[in-house]
Amino acid sequence: MNKVYNNRAWFLILPMLLLVAFSAIIPLMTVVNYSVQDVFDANTRFFTGTEWFEVMLNDSALQAALLRQFAFSFTILAIEVPLGIGIALLMPKRGWQASAVLILITLPLLIPWNVVGSIWQLFTRGDIGLMGVGIRELGYPYNITRNASDAWATIILMDVWHWTPLIALLCYSGLRSIPDAYYQAARIDRASKWAVFRYIQLPKLTNVLVIGVLLRFMHSFMIYAEPFVLTGGGPGSSTTFLSQSLTTMAIGQQDLGPSAAFSLIYFLIILLVCWVFYTAIMNSQKDDTSQGGA
Amino acid sequence: MTRSVPTTPQSVRQQAADSAARRRKQARSASVRWRRRTLLGLYLAFVMLPIYWLLNLSFQTNSEILGTFSFWPQNFTLGNYVGIFTDANWYMGYVNSLAYVLMNMLISITVALPAAYAFSRFKFIGDKHLFFWLLTNLMAPPAVFLLPYFQLYYSVGLFDTHIAVALAHCLFNIPLAVWILEGFMSSVPKEVDETAYIDGYSFPRFFVTIFLPMIRSGIGVTLFFLFMFSWVELLLSRTLTATKAQPIASIMTRTSTASGIDWGTLAAAGVLTIIPGIVVVYFVRNHIAKGFALGRT
Amino acid sequence: MDWMVWTLPTAVFFAVIAAILLGMTAWELVSPTVERRGFLPIATTRGDRLFIGLLSAAYLHLVVVGFTELSIWFALGASILWLLVLMRWG
Repeated sequence: MNKVYNNRAWFLILPMLLLVAFSAIIPLMTVVNYSVQDVFDANTRFFTGTEWFEVMLNDSALQAALLRQFAFSFTILAIEVPLGIGIALLMPKRGWQASAVLILITLPLLIPWNVVGSIWQLFTRGDIGLMGVGIRELGYPYNITRNASDAWATIILMDVWHWTPLIALLCYSGLRSIPDAYYQAARIDRASKWAVFRYIQLPKLTNVLVIGVLLRFMHSFMIYAEPFVLTGGGPGSSTTFLSQSLTTMAIGQQDLGPSAAFSLIYFLIILLVCWVFYTAIMNSQKDDTSQGGA
Repeated sequence: MTRSVPTTPQSVRQQAADSAARRRKQARSASVRWRRRTLLGLYLAFVMLPIYWLLNLSFQTNSEILGTFSFWPQNFTLGNYVGIFTDANWYMGYVNSLAYVLMNMLISITVALPAAYAFSRFKFIGDKHLFFWLLTNLMAPPAVFLLPYFQLYYSVGLFDTHIAVALAHCLFNIPLAVWILEGFMSSVPKEVDETAYIDGYSFPRFFVTIFLPMIRSGIGVTLFFLFMFSWVELLLSRTLTATKAQPIASIMTRTSTASGIDWGTLAAAGVLTIIPGIVVVYFVRNHIAKGFALGRT
Repeated sequence: MDWMVWTLPTAVFFAVIAAILLGMTAWELVSPTVERRGFLPIATTRGDRLFIGLLSAAYLHLVVVGFTELSIWFALGASILWLLVLMRWG
C-alpha cells in the first residue's frame, strides 16, 4: 500500500506512546541508574561505575545459565517448528471438525504459565502423575527432582506441549491463505506431494514462520513460571534459565546493582536478536511487494 | 459433469481405465485420510492428556490422589471446587485477575487503535524505528523491569491495585495490539478512507462508524490476544500486588503448606483458570488463525 | 524522582541520547534521508545506521569492561569513531 507522508500521524500515536513510555522508558532508565551504583536505599548509595558489569559478565553461574538458555531455545525451536508445520498440514480445513481441532489445539496457550507448570507437575510426579507412574511402570526410574536429564527432557516436552500450538496455528493460517487455484494447477501438472509442499506451501509459510520463530525464541528466552513451578530450577541449577537467575537475584536477594547490570546485558541480547529478525521480516516483505508490483 | 455413453471400443477401454484409476485413487486417498486422522489424533491426545489428568485429580480427594492410582475418580467429589467457591481468599483471586485483565484490554485497545491506523496509513518521521521499539517492548523479559516497576508503582501509590497490573501489562500488550491491528488495517483498501473523506466524513466519525466495523474481526482477535497474554502472565502481576489485588496465579502457590501440597485444590484451581480461556477462544474461533499470523496472511 | 536514584553519568548519558534523537529528527526535517547501500550488507537509512552504531557500541563497551583491562574511555572513543564511520560510509 502506498502510504501518505504525513507527520500529523504522530498525534494518533501520542497516547499510545505516553503509556508505553511510562511502562518502558522510566523503568529502563531506573535500571541503568541502578546498574552503576550500590544501592541500599534512595539516600544510601555509592557510585560503582562499571564494576557490576564486570562482575556479571565474568560470573560463571550466569554464563552457564546463558549457555543453558541458548541450548534450550534452539532445542525447542528445532522440535516445535517442524512439528508445528506437520500439525498444520494435518489439520482439517473446514467444517465443525476444523473449529473443534482449532479450539483443542489452542487450549495450552490459554493456560496461565504457572498453571502449565502445575499441570505438568501433577502429570509427571512419580507417585500421582499419569506420565510419571507410567514411565516407572515401564521400568525406567524416572525422577525429575533427582535426575538432571529427566528434568531437561520434561521441561522440553512441556514447552513443546505448551507452544507447538502457536507455530501450528500460524502455519495453519498461512496454509489457508493459499488460493485453491494453486492446488488445482499442481494437480493438473501431476506434481508430487513433496513438490506441492516445497514449491507452493513452504514459500507461503516462510512469512508466518519468521514471525513464529521470532515469538518462540523471545518467549523461550523469558521462560520463567513453568520451570519455576515444575523443577524450581533444579536439580542443582540444571534447569535454571536466565529469567529465573535474574528474578532470584533481584527479588530474592535484593541485589539491585548486580541484577540491574545483568538485566541490561540480557536486554542487549534480546535487542540484537529482535533487530536481526525484524530486519529479516521487513526485507522479506519488501521483496514480496517489489515482486507483486513487477 | 455428465458422462457420455461410449460409442467406440477405444473409448470403452479408455473409460474403464479411467474409472479403475479413479477407484484406486479414492482407495489411496481414503487410507491417506485415515493416516492423517490418526497422526492428528495422536497429537490431540498428547495435548489433552495432561489436561485430562488435571481434571481427573480435581475430582478426587487428597487421600484418594495419594492413596490409589486411578485413571478416573473412584469417589467423585466436588469438594475441591466447593472449597474454592466458599473461600473469599480463593475466589477473589479470580475476580482480581479478571479485573486487571479487563482493564488492560480496555486501555490497550483504546490507545492501540489510532496508533495502528497511523502505522497502516501514514509515513512519518521515525515510523520504522518507533515500530521496532514497540516490538522490543513486546520481547522484553518482564524480569528486567521487575524492580523498577515495584519502585515506580510504589512511589506513585498504585502498589497492590488492579490498575497497577493493568498498566504494567500494557508494556507488552499495547505493542502486540498495534502489531496485530496494523496487519488487519492494512488489508482494508485505502480507497475506503478516501471515499469517506470525499463524502464529507470527519476523521473521528469515519473511524468509529465505518472503519472500526470493517475490521471488527481483527478487533475481536486482538482482544482475544490481549486477554490471553494478560491472563497467563505471572511475574509482574505477582510482584505488583500483595493482598488486595492478588491474582489467582499467585494465590495458587498457597496450596503448598508445611503439611504438604493440597493437590486436589491445586488441580481444581488450575481447571478454573482454563475455563475463561475456553470461553474467549470459542468466540473468535473462526478468526483466530488469521490473528496468530498478526493479520498478515 | 528520588527512587530513580539518578547519578550524573547516567543523566549525561540519557541527555546525550535524547539530544541525538532530537538532532536526528531535525536533520530529517531539513533533509530527508535516502535509503542507500554502503559497506553494510543491507540497505539502510540514516536512522538504521545510528541504531546499528549504538547497538554495536553497547556490545563493544561490554566486551571492553568485562573481558579486557582497557579503560572504558577507550571503548567510548572507539565507539564514537565507529559511529562516525558507519554514518558516513555504512
